[in-house]
Amino acid sequence: MKGSEVIGEAAIRAGCNFYAGYPITPQNALPEFMSSAMAKLDDGTFIQAESEIAAINMVLGASMAGARAMTSSSSPGISLKQEGISFLAASELPAVIVNSMRGGPGLGNIAPSQGDYFQATRGGGHGDYRTIVLAPAYGQEIADLTRKAFEYADRYRTPVMILADGMMSQMMEPVIFPDPIDLTELPPKPWVLNGANGRPSRIIKSLILNTVEMEEHNWKLARKYEIISREIADAETYMTEDAKLVVVAYGTAARIAKGGIKRAREMGLRVGLLRPVTLWPFPERVIREMSRSVKDFLVVEMNTGQMLDDVKLSLEGRSNVHFYGRPGGIVSTPDEIAKVISSLYYRQHLEED
Amino acid sequence: MEKVVFKRPEYMKEAPFHYCPGCGHSIIHRLVAEVIEELDIGEKTIGVPPAGCAVLAYDYFDIDMGEAPHGRGAALATGLKRILPDRIVFSYQGDGDIAAIGTAETIHAANRGENITVIFVNNNCYGMTGGQMAPTTLLGQNSTTTPGGRDKNRDGTPIDLSEMLAITRGAVYIERTAVNSIKNIRKTKKAITKAFKIQMAGLGFSLVEILSPCPTNWKMSPVDACRWIDDSVMQTFPLKIIKDETS
Repeated sequence: MKGSEVIGEAAIRAGCNFYAGYPITPQNALPEFMSSAMAKLDDGTFIQAESEIAAINMVLGASMAGARAMTSSSSPGISLKQEGISFLAASELPAVIVNSMRGGPGLGNIAPSQGDYFQATRGGGHGDYRTIVLAPAYGQEIADLTRKAFEYADRYRTPVMILADGMMSQMMEPVIFPDPIDLTELPPKPWVLNGANGRPSRIIKSLILNTVEMEEHNWKLARKYEIISREIADAETYMTEDAKLVVVAYGTAARIAKGGIKRAREMGLRVGLLRPVTLWPFPERVIREMSRSVKDFLVVEMNTGQMLDDVKLSLEGRSNVHFYGRPGGIVSTPDEIAKVISSLYYRQHLEED
Repeated sequence: MEKVVFKRPEYMKEAPFHYCPGCGHSIIHRLVAEVIEELDIGEKTIGVPPAGCAVLAYDYFDIDMGEAPHGRGAALATGLKRILPDRIVFSYQGDGDIAAIGTAETIHAANRGENITVIFVNNNCYGMTGGQMAPTTLLGQNSTTTPGGRDKNRDGTPIDLSEMLAITRGAVYIERTAVNSIKNIRKTKKAITKAFKIQMAGLGFSLVEILSPCPTNWKMSPVDACRWIDDSVMQTFPLKIIKDETS
């Protein structure tokens, strides 16, 4: 199955019963999949919205009504959705947003890119909030993280973004799906709007004119983000036990880096990979602990250097941080990464024990 | 034995309105609440307030309320209604909200025939932000961004959003009323009732545009504002049933 379809199937199995989206390449396979998947459900809703903005606001409404709701798009469309994502975060509403990143800025191109890291991990829209960002790198992980995305969204009542790229969305890999969940077994949502029948009426809103109350709301969100940071930060490590150089990469870039690391290992270089699975919260503890033995980190991204900032912030000057990036939709080859690794390795004299 | 002839509607909270003296929102809120009570739908109705003066509608309506970003009421109501098709969902939107920043959401919700009701309050200006030109501001009308009055060549002409919505195939009922006189208030209540009944019958998109005074931003007394609706606003936005597929 294509990555986009994997997200769709995993979403349905996670109990997603509402999808709204707008066509944009390279993620059209997802809305197409959802249109027929929702039609097969008794209570499934698919809406091809008139705009990205309408789609995220339909998700906002469906989420208020208690649905497991999802929308998806690609970079320029995600920019348009930011207003709604900010409202979801402010109103503490769960939703899943998929971004298949493409080359940018502007209209850019439709090739795989990682140019939206800042936008995704810094909230993206206006105001003081964060969005959980999950970055799958393999077909199976796309399925697993899609399930988790809905769980996290409900558990923390916050929007969750699955940050993929055109490569992840269109690549075909075998996947074993988890069994569909039974929505009736999920914890109740004592905040949904479904009519004040036998209970006091409810309000879901983000307007807080009183500055004291608004400050308290901001701190409430901040405390929630701290809990999220403690509970779900996640990373994969690969061949890092004896590594003198560790490549830090996520998503498609991490897969390619892995190929480069294998080649470098064949050359006898002690290189490993640290792959953040959650981009926000960033797995800073893992990388900080690694800095006790690793003095050189190489950040590899499909952009001009964005996650690079988080690596530096995590290390707080403890180790050297190097960067190799290919923006604009260029996808490196494993050989290319192996060359970058080996030249850096010798330049830093890491071959000396 | 004394008979109660006037009381607070059941689905209005015990809260004094913050609206300016002479503002139409208070009247329209009350009408909507009366209709909800009379149709006995208060326990299954969800309201969607806009950005603008009426954002605080959730402080007054004692029903479930979910705030929409500016202009997105119809899209948000669409999401709510699709998940809860047996509930009654209405959005409450001003003219800047619905006819400028939210034009696309509104037209497409109508065109899809979403089974929702829209209360469209037209006061010919952006009220909360201090009286700037709205798409519905009359030609020649003063606003804080149309010095010397709205000029056709510089500012464009007032938009007939309700007429535009009426040509969509999904719109079932669209009527323009006003709240500047007792007679018009009664007619408005009748229109709101009809719009909600259409949704209860599952017939599709219904909207009531209500011409409403904004004495503060029009810089008029409430009485003059009501008179100005008769003399000027209705010349551009005549009261009428714009579309009724049920008749």
